[in-house]
Amino acid sequence: MSTLSERILGAPAGAYVDRDVDIAFAHDGTGVLTLEALREMGVERLPRPGRLRLIFDHIVPANTGTTATLQAELRAFARVSGIPLSDAGCGICHQVMSEGLVRPGMIVVGADSHTCTAGAFGAFATGVGATDMAAIWASGGTWFRVPETIAINLSGNLSGAAEPKDVALTYVARLGMEGATYRALEFAGEGVRGISMDGRLTLCNMAVETGAKAGIFYADDLTLSYLADYGVKASPQVPEECRYERTLDIDLDDIVPLVAVPHRVDTVREAEEIAGTRLDQVFVGTCTNGRYEDLERFARIVRGKKVAVRTLVFPASRAVLSRAIKTGILADIVDAGCVVGPPGCGPCLGAHAGVLGEGEVCLSTANRNFKNRMGVGGEIYLSSVATAAVSALAGEIAVPEVA
Amino acid sequence: MKGAGPAVCLGNDIDTDLIIAGRYLRTKDRSVWAEHVFEDLDPALAARLPGSVIVAGRNMGCGSSREQAVIALREAGVVGVVAESFARIFFRNAINVGLPVIEATVPCTDGARIAFDLEEGWVEVDGKRYPARPLSERMLAILRAGGLAACWRACR
Repeated sequence: MSTLSERILGAPAGAYVDRDVDIAFAHDGTGVLTLEALREMGVERLPRPGRLRLIFDHIVPANTGTTATLQAELRAFARVSGIPLSDAGCGICHQVMSEGLVRPGMIVVGADSHTCTAGAFGAFATGVGATDMAAIWASGGTWFRVPETIAINLSGNLSGAAEPKDVALTYVARLGMEGATYRALEFAGEGVRGISMDGRLTLCNMAVETGAKAGIFYADDLTLSYLADYGVKASPQVPEECRYERTLDIDLDDIVPLVAVPHRVDTVREAEEIAGTRLDQVFVGTCTNGRYEDLERFARIVRGKKVAVRTLVFPASRAVLSRAIKTGILADIVDAGCVVGPPGCGPCLGAHAGVLGEGEVCLSTANRNFKNRMGVGGEIYLSSVATAAVSALAGEIAVPEVA
Repeated sequence: MKGAGPAVCLGNDIDTDLIIAGRYLRTKDRSVWAEHVFEDLDPALAARLPGSVIVAGRNMGCGSSREQAVIALREAGVVGVVAESFARIFFRNAINVGLPVIEATVPCTDGARIAFDLEEGWVEVDGKRYPARPLSERMLAILRAGGLAACWRACR
């Protein structure tokens, strides 16, 4: 009787195992160091390049000559080695992975801490560093310590203006920034059924903010129907009786709009408590909340109105952008006065667009509000898309009333 | 594997953005990371790092998977990092680039004489010995080789 992580890694918690991986990806930020490490290792040929991927998302399109040169080097490497490349404009690595590449039961590693996002499909997905990635590219696999698992037991249903992001902020606050270090978070309970795939991706995305190695959902009918839209056939994963290290119960009926305040993601307040906080910027996007469902929710709230503060909307992928164009919601977003950016990580890491100035305050739908992350002297609050939307209209932190 | 040096004391939850900010990542010039290490935490800190042992609290290196964080510490001359606990990607990255890391709970005063032995699993503060969590044989082999890339050539 095993947890899902134990089942996929094929050994009990605590064991060290060597496993081949099904997908191993790096982005423009980590790919450069991966390439350096490969050179240092003296590796010239990569086995099974089809299982590897390079995805340009952190600084796209390139903002300086240096960045452009580094990206050109990676592009040339992809061509020579046969690694599929998702170039600038394709989208954020975790969103690209979620568009039919990750399947239930896979072992997925990415040279990015938020690789845990892909656990939404019942895959064991975890982040590694660049040198680890180089060794994985060179050998096809790596070693893992099979994690103990904390169950996040969801009951009830989200209602009112609460969103999966508010659930994520809830478990991060309750576990704390290191409360799940080296563990897997397994989302279980009847409340899971009411969470959309986009919502599950949001929930898994923030697992690493508790120190967790992975966040994971069992593939169910919803997973299968989502994957079928991408032409992927998969089987459901049936939970077994198993031993969890501990269980955290969350009643979705109790969830209200929340905000993580600077500079810790586990310092969370009810939006109500800090309503009225002055804003200089609102940012909607990232691997946490830049999916179609997020943009659609945002558009529904700002449609026919004007934002009162500079508001940036970055779709998480080309597919998301394209769909938002076709359904007309992108026009609603633009007409409301928002800046729409290219698919990618955008302002989240403060290296590209949307950097904050000294003393500026941003409400963001991202997953991190570390000090100076979006610019020296800036302050970052984190919220759901609905909270971001009503706050953009108000020019200050506001509380959404209708989902 | 042994190491020693004066302590540089840090607190809990030192994130990788604080170790090396995102704005300095877009380069292959490792000296840039060493030059700007901890800039947003305390601009005076970098000057104290050569030959030092960092002693941190809980959750050292949380956040991004950026390996530049551990490279920056190594390039700045840090000889080891002792922490009550580490974030997992940071911990594995440190081993992979050959930066000794060890989990132990020890008192810290800036400048205290820190010594550690990764194989025997202890940390000394001004001569007083504290137990530390030993590393696995595989991690030790990687560290002894000077990192995963060097180990790849030597250990296989």
